[in-house]
Amino acid sequence: MAQAMVLEDTGLTLDTLLETPAGRRALSCIQCGICAGTCPYGSVMVNTPRKLINKLRAGLIGEVLASDDLLSCVTCYACWAKCPREIRLTDVLLPLVKEQVFLNLPEVPAELQSALEATLRYGNPMGESPRKRAAWVETSEVEVPIIRDVKRPVETLWIVECYASYYPRGQDNARATAKVLVALGVDFAILGNEEKCAGECARLSGETGLFDKLRDDNMKILGKYEFGRVVTSDPHAFDAFRFLYPPLGLSVPVEQTTPFVARHIDQLKPKLTKKLSYKVTYHDSCVLGRHNGYYDEPRLILDAIPGVEVVEMAHTGINAICCGGGGGGMWLDTFYKAKGYDRLSDRRVEEAVATGADVLAVSCPYEVPRFEDSVKVLGHDDRLVVKDVMEIVAEALED
Amino acid sequence: MKILVLLKMVPDIVEELEVAADGRSLDLDFLRLIVNESDDHALEEALILKERHGGTVTAVALEAPDVDDVLFTALAKGADRAVKIEGGGDNLSTRRAAGVLAGTLPGAGDLLPADLILTGCQAIDDLDGFLAPALAQALGLPYVGLVGRVAPQDGKALVAKEFAGGVLGEYEVSLPAVIGVQGAEKPPRYVPVAKVRAAMKSAEIETVAAAPGPEVPSFDIEEMLKPQPADRAEMIEGDPEAVAARICEILSERGLL
Repeated sequence: MAQAMVLEDTGLTLDTLLETPAGRRALSCIQCGICAGTCPYGSVMVNTPRKLINKLRAGLIGEVLASDDLLSCVTCYACWAKCPREIRLTDVLLPLVKEQVFLNLPEVPAELQSALEATLRYGNPMGESPRKRAAWVETSEVEVPIIRDVKRPVETLWIVECYASYYPRGQDNARATAKVLVALGVDFAILGNEEKCAGECARLSGETGLFDKLRDDNMKILGKYEFGRVVTSDPHAFDAFRFLYPPLGLSVPVEQTTPFVARHIDQLKPKLTKKLSYKVTYHDSCVLGRHNGYYDEPRLILDAIPGVEVVEMAHTGINAICCGGGGGGMWLDTFYKAKGYDRLSDRRVEEAVATGADVLAVSCPYEVPRFEDSVKVLGHDDRLVVKDVMEIVAEALED
Repeated sequence: MKILVLLKMVPDIVEELEVAADGRSLDLDFLRLIVNESDDHALEEALILKERHGGTVTAVALEAPDVDDVLFTALAKGADRAVKIEGGGDNLSTRRAAGVLAGTLPGAGDLLPADLILTGCQAIDDLDGFLAPALAQALGLPYVGLVGRVAPQDGKALVAKEFAGGVLGEYEVSLPAVIGVQGAEKPPRYVPVAKVRAAMKSAEIETVAAAPGPEVPSFDIEEMLKPQPADRAEMIEGDPEAVAARICEILSERGLL
């Protein structure tokens, strides 16, 4: 299995890729086709990673760059995780090809365009006011300090990220996380209105220039404060901070909230006193699971909650089906529908319903709106609810 | 085909608007400016025309905060030149802005004559849509507004103009002309940030000094107020069930149910 690693070469392009070890490895592809077989859109995509590499070797990459086909890649890391040649597909090769595809697109799909424009202008894809980013704090049961106001170094800088800051159901996650951090006695603060999107989805949707700008802006903001670690609610931001920000100088440990809480679960257990009586199935986030290997941590947390029974879906762990939200997929539902593709979150929700679970637990703030939409569209809203693991933990906490 | 596109900065209403201490203007402290939406459509229509018929597109804007970003973005999208008019004054009213443009454009190098001067037909601070017709009058050019499509041919242009009820009118206008664009044939294009950054490195914004223009009939703002809730408004509070029940009650009381 490929190893997740820091992308040190910040100036890498498709032209210079083949001079690097990652690029030379791509040329060693044995054309086995596991990538296309495991790709959730492998049956409808024209340029699967196998074909893409073949075209690259044959000097026909222009065919790939002239088509919008690669927008079907939702960067789920399935091909990356299963490639027997350990080719760095999702983290290196596909983003570099997609960057060129994006620059050549005659028209950017409308919803993706507005998300990217909003992220550039307001620092969040919803187009909400940056001055309202920390507005959710006023509705938190516990105090959420803003790092500018605490005026001292903090142990943990909690980067809430866009969906947990603005999206109403995401704010439930933010409020729950605040409660859990307080229960754990963590010395934490948030960036407040200074926080901006980490930019992972911009990069993986092909808008590398936007990612570069956001990373530059965020490094300036992070450089103003002293903190011992970064914990973020969003696996996508976590991935960016862990693998893409260190070359620009981010040197503290980076964690996502679910593995962070799992690491402290023994300390939290005595406080998890409310019996919940939920039958829960957990959906592995692509980034947290396949790219970072956190399969056991969310289940460790769920097992520690009184009354929670965990059941598994048919596809789980490394085989989990993507929610379809990565790589810009959050804003490409209309684009995929126009092409006649299935909505991946619908596929996943059907699997969750088949387990008989009454709660679909997630660790990524993108998944709540994606799965809640599917639950409603598929008519399963009388039998399944979607909750972030942090929400379930906060419910189980003593008052 | 030589096309000028006039771009104007307006308050971005993603932030709540506040009245400044003088009681006659907007508080600009927390306000950011954004390019007027229908001006962005005018630029898109100009770029479409250039792709279709050839020629040049020049983006022109009055000096304002963040206007350089907008001009570089226009260059990255495919405009050939970007021109900033400096020294025309701050926070100009629509009519005075039209006066400055009319005074400056004729003497600013080779900007005029242009076959088409495209700009937005309205702005959130110009709901009357007065800028383009005032400019056309001052320059002695014909004007058509609320336009959605421009088809130039032999010194004339056929323009489509939308009326209420989905009725479309087609007009013939002699060129040069000023056109107020309501919406381009397709939504304004996306330009990748890398291309804007490249334009910032390789291209330049030309600057010209504002020249006084003809007197355009104008007015001054005496007072600016936020909308006040009227006495008869009843704010219904409570959870959604209670609110819904109260609405049903009111409709029933008034004999509407």
